[in-house]
Amino acid sequence: MPTVTYVQPDGSQQTITTACATSVMQAALAHRIPGIIGECGGAATCGTCHVYLDRSSESFLPPSEDEEAMLEWTAAPRTAASRLSCQLRPSDNAAQLVVRVPEEQQ
Amino acid sequence: MRDGIVVVGGGHAGVQTVDALRERGYSGPLTLVCGEARLPYNRPPVSKELLDPATDPTPAPLRAASFYRDNGITVVPAAALGIDRGTRTVHISGGMAARYDHLVLATGARARTLPLPGAALPNVLTLRTAQDAHALRERLHAGTRVVVLGGGFIGLEVASAARRVDAQVVLLERGPQLLGRAVSEPTAARIAEHHRADGVRLGLGEQVCGFATDGSRVTAVRTGSGRLVSADVVVVGIGAVAEDRLAHEAGLPVQQGILVDQWLATADPRISAIGDCAVVRDPLTGTTTRLESVQNASDQARYVAEQLTGGTSRPYRALPWFWSDQGALRFQMVQRIASYDRTVSSGQSVLRFEGGLLTGVESLNDPSTHQAARRLLQRATPSLAELAAVDHDIRVLARQAARARQVVA
Repeated sequence: MPTVTYVQPDGSQQTITTACATSVMQAALAHRIPGIIGECGGAATCGTCHVYLDRSSESFLPPSEDEEAMLEWTAAPRTAASRLSCQLRPSDNAAQLVVRVPEEQQ
Repeated sequence: MRDGIVVVGGGHAGVQTVDALRERGYSGPLTLVCGEARLPYNRPPVSKELLDPATDPTPAPLRAASFYRDNGITVVPAAALGIDRGTRTVHISGGMAARYDHLVLATGARARTLPLPGAALPNVLTLRTAQDAHALRERLHAGTRVVVLGGGFIGLEVASAARRVDAQVVLLERGPQLLGRAVSEPTAARIAEHHRADGVRLGLGEQVCGFATDGSRVTAVRTGSGRLVSADVVVVGIGAVAEDRLAHEAGLPVQQGILVDQWLATADPRISAIGDCAVVRDPLTGTTTRLESVQNASDQARYVAEQLTGGTSRPYRALPWFWSDQGALRFQMVQRIASYDRTVSSGQSVLRFEGGLLTGVESLNDPSTHQAARRLLQRATPSLAELAAVDHDIRVLARQAARARQVVA
């Protein structure tokens, strides 16, 4: 099963085991990871599940045009590592991801 | 608080309330009463992905079962029957009852039905729940003659879903434009163009006045202009009615929804109402607002949770936004207020102004402008002149504002 480590702005972290095709946003909500809101339920229309994808054993497709458009306006600064976590769905059963949660989402 | 908090309603508002309460450290008893047999699920797909026969028919739960278990949230999958305010008790079907120190009503809304003979026949459907979506998708096939009544967001999303499986779609709207007063005329015209190009036959200004039936099913829809439109399936999408029965029967004021003040409290300070079911009254102007959106449900839920954990005394305030996916078309809207006296088109978006100030932005396949407008309107209200100076490209203003904030920070 894929694992995702969520690193908070204060450095604390939590690693959870998730399932293939479950987005990093959905996994965060299921485990009440602070700082990931995911208000639109994964439609890439609210921009409140922004994370920095720092490390990943699986490579993901680059952001779609819509995701790019949302990422320009995230509450916390956008970096090269910025992604909407609703668009990150591990497909490799052994995937290991480390994402940083930004200071703010709204 | 000894009896704890009871939340009635398993939609976005209810789930966000219990989530935010625990997030903010509330540790008392917490009960979520939801009328459906399944765990609360994500609602927007009900009128979108869930209608697509190629998708998983099981709606994605808003939170996994473990979330409720791990956070000590009792989920009661049964309908609330009544509120006894004297004993602070919610009566629940199956003979159950839940006592509360505070009650949050997040009962949502139900589909408005047509008061016409034949409307109760089995091929006349409304769309509100995952179960409704299943019933509809099983009837949608290539060639099926679908008549959609109502050119609102649900009707348009259903029309797109039906076209995806190559059904024949006629959409009848009694008003002169799609989406009534929710969107401006230029945006409504572009949305109509999209649906016509997608193969939907639009009948604007067509009032439905009856059904032709063969006794067991509706065979055609009769319009005021005398047309008879053949139908295998009729989808009624003429809006929603707030679920305010519990509040009304408990003696709380309702006005096409549960009336609340700017703190989202009903006339009983121990009862709040949020989301689709709540009508917020502005004491200064006397105007009332009831919004049906995920944003409104979530923001009001977080606000009430903050209040119940001692975090806020300010009145509720949020910037409303909304989206609707109709096939390849994504409509997005943000609005400070619904009124406007002037519109200006800017690319794929329409800016709305009142008294020379921006009141809202409607966007079609233009998420960048939408999101820029949301960012900007959270902090400022740009004028028509300021926008004219940047060729009405709100992204330019939003970028300037973001840079200015960084400099200050």
